[in-house]
Amino acid sequence: MSFDVEQVRKDFPIFEREVNGHPLVYLDSANTSQKPVQVLDVMRAHQERYNGNVSRSVHTLGTESTEAYEGARARIAAFIGAASPDEVVFTKNSTEALNLVAHSAGQHLRLGPGDEVVVSEMEHHSNLVPWQLLCERTGATLRWFGITDEGRLDESGLDELITSRTKIVSLVHMSNVLGTINDISAISARAREVGALLVLDCSQSVPHLPINVAELGADLIAFTGHKMVGPTGIGVLWGRYDLLAQLPPFLGGGSMIETVTMTGTTYAAPPARFEAGTPPITQAIGLGAAVDYLTGLGMEAIHQHEQAITAYALDALTSIKGVRIFGPATTEGRGGTVSFGVDGVHPHDVGQILDALGVEVRVGHHCARPVCSRFSVPAMTRASFYLYTTTDEIDALARGLDQVRKVFG
Amino acid sequence: MLDGLYQEIILDHYKNPHGKGLRDPFDGEAHHVNPTCGDEITVRVNSDLSEISYDGLGCSISQASASVLHELLQGRDAATASEIHQAFVDLMQSRGQIEPDEEVLGDGIAFAGVAKFPARVKCALLPWMAFKDAAVRAGVEVGVSPEVKA
Ligand SMILES: Cc1ncc(COP(=O)(O)O)c(C=O)c1O
Repeated sequence: MSFDVEQVRKDFPIFEREVNGHPLVYLDSANTSQKPVQVLDVMRAHQERYNGNVSRSVHTLGTESTEAYEGARARIAAFIGAASPDEVVFTKNSTEALNLVAHSAGQHLRLGPGDEVVVSEMEHHSNLVPWQLLCERTGATLRWFGITDEGRLDESGLDELITSRTKIVSLVHMSNVLGTINDISAISARAREVGALLVLDCSQSVPHLPINVAELGADLIAFTGHKMVGPTGIGVLWGRYDLLAQLPPFLGGGSMIETVTMTGTTYAAPPARFEAGTPPITQAIGLGAAVDYLTGLGMEAIHQHEQAITAYALDALTSIKGVRIFGPATTEGRGGTVSFGVDGVHPHDVGQILDALGVEVRVGHHCARPVCSRFSVPAMTRASFYLYTTTDEIDALARGLDQVRKVFG
Repeated sequence: MLDGLYQEIILDHYKNPHGKGLRDPFDGEAHHVNPTCGDEITVRVNSDLSEISYDGLGCSISQASASVLHELLQGRDAATASEIHQAFVDLMQSRGQIEPDEEVLGDGIAFAGVAKFPARVKCALLPWMAFKDAAVRAGVEVGVSPEVKA
């Protein structure tokens, strides 16, 4: 057997703990993933033995720190198929990466009245609010793709939505609520045709699917370390180098400059141009260890494992009376994130009863309120899976949902 | 451990809410939202508190809490309503350290268990905070501003 989930689980110390007297059943990886010892050890060792600031010291510790930090950048670049490490910009998280793009690309393109930015109804607030703010600042107009009843992007009006007025298209690659994986080939072709930039929010896809930016068809992508067995406090903006080189800086400060006088400043080349101030060094190194870990197991193998778990979960959930799934009903074009409703029971109550059984799911609007509105519910319950999820855990979820129906029956 | 949270009284109020539905006329209205979960409630009051009506979307805790509020506060004078309001807020912020007084809180004592679930205290308080704002708009001063921590 190529992928041994029991062996994988041994790498994650958190699975040794109990929650409310039950073994932990962690079904909230779309929110944040758990971390393996391989990542925790690297971060600890760095802090204990190599700590120094990066890119600004000639001493040994500074040099070792810089090598580790830049080494992580190179491994992350290889992980996503980037042409060079210089295409990888470290940020705090996806949210900061997307705000960076909204500011810098908005300024570069001189967005103004008459210009349009296109997003979708499926976006996480992180890929919606920055664009709303950009449109407010510049007078540009925000437009969006809708969602079909099946939970897919509604591309029926593609040619009317993306036009010569469109300057930026920014879409979620995999929905954090519906689990939908958007096939962006037609949108990418259309964006290219009209000369618009295509940004992809890959927060949920890079952790779970083999991604190669050379084949993806996007100009810029964002993802976040803590959802891919890495630490919090580190995210990535990837961009085509020739594009990054044209973008103005976002934050100003140390490390992003070329030369500074009292009357003006010139900026460093990417990626340094976008990394003002002391970066999250240990976190970047931790993310480097995380991609090593994922690469060791193989992204294709991880994806196959999650597909099997998702098929099992879709099956289990649809056989429970009163459970309604939001999003694609089969594993085709969807990942291991399944949102659902339980008839007559509010998601808060579902989540509370599951927690009492050690089953950790997310409830609420999942930072994607328009998705809930689209399906006319104030909130949803979401179970999300990862490389360490087992069918036993899905069974525990199903048992928990029986209990929910008992309490509220 | 969930028995403390989902008391029979709470489930009863949730399944058969008292006084639910918005009614006219009214003197003050407030709409409150819990931004983390999207729960919503609208509360309307008359200036003499002879009528308190509400409608909302939310979990069993917030909905049952609205029903209990209706039962406890409708038809009271401002001073008594204020005292009960304060007692409920205190109970919810006690982390389970206060023994509630049934004389004052009636069915509200069932919420003592909720106070031990910090994530749910906001749910229980949502209707009470909306009521307080609606009362202010109707010219009734109900208690001091509580510090809502959750
Ligand atoms: C699709 C999507 N985009 C963006 C984000 C934001 O990630 P972060 O909070 O790490 O910036 C998330 C996760 O919360 C997400 O699921």
